[in-house]
Amino acid sequence: MVTPSRPVAATDVPTVPTVPQSRLATMSTRLASLLERRSRAIRAALRTAARWLLHLWRASLQFRVIVSTMLLGLIVVLMLGSYLYQRIADGLVSDRILSARADAASQASAAQSRFDSAGRMDAVSLTQLAYDVVGQLSSPGADQSREVILTRAKDNTGPASVPTVLSSDVGMRFVPAGLRDAIAADPGHQQVQIISISSDNGGLVSAAIVGSRVSLPAAGQYELYFVFPLEREQQTLRVVARTFALGGIALVLLVGAVAYVVTRLVVDPVRRAALVAERLSSGRLHERMRARGEDDIAKLGKSFNAMADSLQKQIRQLEDLSRVQQRFVSDVSHELRTPLTTIRMAGDLIHDSRADFDPSVARSAELLYNEIDRFESLLSDLLEISRFDAGAAALDVEATDLRATIARTIESTAALAARQGSRLDVLPTDGPCVAEIDPRRVERILRNLVVNAVEYGEGQPVTVRLGVNENAVAVSVRDCGVGLRPGEAALVFNRFWRSDPARVRTSGGTGLGLAISREDARLHDGWLNVWGEPGVGTCFRLTLPRHRGVPIERSPLPLRPDEEGSEEPSADTVAPQPVPGQDTAYRPVAAPGGPQKSGAPS
Amino acid sequence: MKGRVLVVDDDPALSEMLGIVLRNEGLEVVHCANGSAAMALFRESRPDIVLLDVMLPGIDGIEVCRRIRAESGIPIVMLTARTDTLDVVVGLESGADDYVLKPFKPQELIARVRARLRRGDDPEPEQLQIGDLSIDVAGHAVKRDDKPMSLTPLEFDLLVALARKPRQVFTREVLLEQVWGYRHAGDTRLVNVHVQRLRSKIEHDPERPEIVVTVRGVGYKAGPP
Repeated sequence: MVTPSRPVAATDVPTVPTVPQSRLATMSTRLASLLERRSRAIRAALRTAARWLLHLWRASLQFRVIVSTMLLGLIVVLMLGSYLYQRIADGLVSDRILSARADAASQASAAQSRFDSAGRMDAVSLTQLAYDVVGQLSSPGADQSREVILTRAKDNTGPASVPTVLSSDVGMRFVPAGLRDAIAADPGHQQVQIISISSDNGGLVSAAIVGSRVSLPAAGQYELYFVFPLEREQQTLRVVARTFALGGIALVLLVGAVAYVVTRLVVDPVRRAALVAERLSSGRLHERMRARGEDDIAKLGKSFNAMADSLQKQIRQLEDLSRVQQRFVSDVSHELRTPLTTIRMAGDLIHDSRADFDPSVARSAELLYNEIDRFESLLSDLLEISRFDAGAAALDVEATDLRATIARTIESTAALAARQGSRLDVLPTDGPCVAEIDPRRVERILRNLVVNAVEYGEGQPVTVRLGVNENAVAVSVRDCGVGLRPGEAALVFNRFWRSDPARVRTSGGTGLGLAISREDARLHDGWLNVWGEPGVGTCFRLTLPRHRGVPIERSPLPLRPDEEGSEEPSADTVAPQPVPGQDTAYRPVAAPGGPQKSGAPS
Repeated sequence: MKGRVLVVDDDPALSEMLGIVLRNEGLEVVHCANGSAAMALFRESRPDIVLLDVMLPGIDGIEVCRRIRAESGIPIVMLTARTDTLDVVVGLESGADDYVLKPFKPQELIARVRARLRRGDDPEPEQLQIGDLSIDVAGHAVKRDDKPMSLTPLEFDLLVALARKPRQVFTREVLLEQVWGYRHAGDTRLVNVHVQRLRSKIEHDPERPEIVVTVRGVGYKAGPP
């Protein structure tokens, strides 16, 4: 590191920009953070790749088959390759050792005979002879080199008249001690061992070393080692290994390709079948699979097509049935309504002039008049229900302020509430409450709920409240009347269901009101819920989406009264709360004309 | 109440009953039992109002309504047994001013008929301006650049109601009460359909109305003059 205080740096050393310590520190931290970021990025990329692979594994049968086939192929190739490689290596080495042994034996006996024929000589000429012999022995043969080492036997304790003679730089250090011990223990036989020696190019190379004994005149027992480097064998093994590796890779790829082709043969028709099934389920009933030949895929195709045929047939039948039913409902509607109109008008006419009749006829006229009303509402409810059943009910949506809908509902039910002695309280809301609804249907629901609450409210006040959040509006109608017994909440929406058959009916409901209300709510993709407790009262809550196609997540109003505390107040919820002391409740007027219309412009 | 009513209905009992009820109100009644004869009888009897059943033998009520509307702007009230949205809307779009749903109460029918006949009883001389249209209330005439426009009496009433109080927003219910004479809640689709018909006659571009403007979630108002 260069510090600015060193004057040498400024004169002799080529100028190095002097960097203050602190900047260096910041640079290093910046570098560290960069590295950190990079490694984080790499880790993220790895994670993404792993996820993608996992997804592919789960999603694609083809991918799974190919990968597992290739893995299995790889394992087989590895096992087979390494076994074969081992066998080849063993064979090569043992061959080499055999030839090395034979070579060494003949060379050793040649050397022995040279020494034997030399007779007694002085140490110098013996050494010279040793050098000659070693040089001759180590002269390379036809195709392979060998090194020779002549050294004094371990147990030769005589004077070292001849030093260790080496044919090249293969030093004594390569001769393993174990080999020398073995020769010492069994001097009559050759001893062979595989060692590693340093090769010409600096690396290590295996070699076979064959040791035997020769006796030198006057110098005693010497050990003669022949070192046969296994370079050629190693070369051959390398070639074999490379061939095996390439062959293995090719084989695995081939296996993968075969798996790909085979799975395509199977997966493609399956995918086609999935596509056709998807199209079928999206309503294109004419879609069929291609089914040619006799194989399993063709069988699948045929049975699939048979299924599609029968589905199509049944759907057609159902559609026809539904059309017939719709047609029937429409016809019944017309056919029944026309005579009913005549009856109604005649009944009215008679009813209007009942003062002229004697009492029993007059009373009959009244009964006729009232029952025509009931008959009519029953008929229209029945027709409405059959329209829902036939799927013929359609929504006529417009943006509507629910406050107006509630006001109209209250207006139309005020007279009934007054007769029952019930007060209708509408809790005030903060602002407009506009939703895309069918106002006729929603008003019908609300009227049903209010009439129901009044009828079962035992003269207690009925509370109507309105709530709104970002994607839903809700109206709840609460009475403090008889309530619902456990299990009855599930039954109230059933057709013609009555909580207590012995109850005196006051409003002359048809028994279909709540069933129709629920269908109306469903048509809006809305909810109609009920809660009730005996003696405490009942609460019906209608929740509707504010915009068509945007589902309700949560109703803005609680259903159970004890939920009010637990309902999490959030900024977007404008749940109206009763304001104490402020008389905002709607009070019905008992006059038959009903209250003045609100909101009418002057 | 005076006037002549043409009742087109194929049900003899209902026709007769309608006749009794309407005559009790002092109206003159002409019957017609099928759609094919309706036009001839209409031209011959020159009624003040037509009560028209939707389902008729021969030519159906919708078509009869269309043909009458092509010749005259006289009030037409449909008698329909269908409550399906489509049926009602198709009836109104063919030119009917109002409809009553079977089974109706006689008072209800009388109220509808009376509301249609009463209009224009005592027109006060009044000149109104809405958009680039000038309205002569007493003369029942709407003109743009001195060119008269052909509106049915109902469309005229609707336009006058809006023009009398420019800038005020009318809810559909209020318009039902003022123009159609409904005392109680009526079908607000009546207003929607007739506003569409009115727009198609008076607006430069009915897709972007400037004279009768929608106020989302509330109703309609007269556009800026």
